[in-house]
Amino acid sequence: MSDEPRTFLETRDVVFIALFAAILAALATFPPITLPLIGVPITAQTLGVMLAGGVIGAVRGGLSIVLFLLLVAIGLPLLAGGRGGFGVFLGPTGGFLIGWIVAAFAIGYMTERLWHRLSFLIAFGICIIGGVVLLYAIGVPWIAFTAKIPLSTALTGSLSFLPGDIIKALIAAAVIMTVKRSYPIIQPKTAR
Amino acid sequence: MLTDLYVFGDSALHRMHPGVKILVLISVCTLLFIFEGWTSLGLGAALVALCFALSGVRARHLVAALRPAFWILIAIFLVQVYLTNIHFASFIVARFAVLILAATVVTATTRTSEMVDGILAGLRFAPSWVPKNQIALGVSLCLRFIPLLLSVFNDVRQAQSARGLDRNLTALLVPFVLRTLKSADEVSEAIYARSFD
Repeated sequence: MSDEPRTFLETRDVVFIALFAAILAALATFPPITLPLIGVPITAQTLGVMLAGGVIGAVRGGLSIVLFLLLVAIGLPLLAGGRGGFGVFLGPTGGFLIGWIVAAFAIGYMTERLWHRLSFLIAFGICIIGGVVLLYAIGVPWIAFTAKIPLSTALTGSLSFLPGDIIKALIAAAVIMTVKRSYPIIQPKTAR
Repeated sequence: MLTDLYVFGDSALHRMHPGVKILVLISVCTLLFIFEGWTSLGLGAALVALCFALSGVRARHLVAALRPAFWILIAIFLVQVYLTNIHFASFIVARFAVLILAATVVTATTRTSEMVDGILAGLRFAPSWVPKNQIALGVSLCLRFIPLLLSVFNDVRQAQSARGLDRNLTALLVPFVLRTLKSADEVSEAIYARSFD
């Protein structure tokens, strides 16, 4: 059907990319869980970011976030709380959305590298490095820049999300391990 | 849940090409960051107000657009008052409000299908290494998957609720992810079978 040169994505890859973009959208309908002590709502969507990397790998995972953000940008209310449209990227938390792409790619990359040695603890560590450390490293300076507040203040404010992110990394690691055992999609990068 | 943020109407803004609207939006927003000050912000706000008047979008759509960002804006305002002064704090918050409203004008006057068509039309001019067919396939598959996933999720939730596990996120997600991965594989087999590529 196409006269294009062969690309690095097979049709199956495109289907998985579309699937995880859609999973991210479906996770927006989860009611946010509010932690009793801190009062910050935890949404399930960053969980979807961790799963995208850990289940379908770096390139496909990252591209699924790109596709999802494209749909958000053209005006579908797919973010938690029914937000959507171009405005969310210009708001103070826009950096976290862009950071999702990097986070999913990084989580996928590390998962592919460590595939044969992957255990619950390693998967958890990967989700923390990609989905918390890297994500905050992009999102927090963005808040600081756009809202003109010092980096330390922006960081302190974001730390209230940390307990929720740790819970999400635990859940993501459990799901990633189950998928690895029962329906592996990732092609490991190590030891052919 | 798949109702987009479009507001029905037939204004000049509704009829404008989506690509033009996005380009104008991006340049206005960039200019607001380059030329900081009440003058440029006032001009931007006047432009956004003019667009709103032209588009016939109601005040409640404005409120609906700003409401999700409300608490974050209040928090930023308080931090700025504490760090600098009320004057600067109101500037920062006003700029966010103008940026969000400017984007809302574009979203409210452009149908999602027009945006998708716009993206695909824009892809015609993309260099040949861009996988155009695959992007088109990805966008349309994703839109089709969303309602499917919601029904799968409801099935899983009802099944786990019968076992008393509907508050357990892992017990919900594992079957959900596995089932949808399997259906994704079935979909790609179906696409192969119809020789899409």
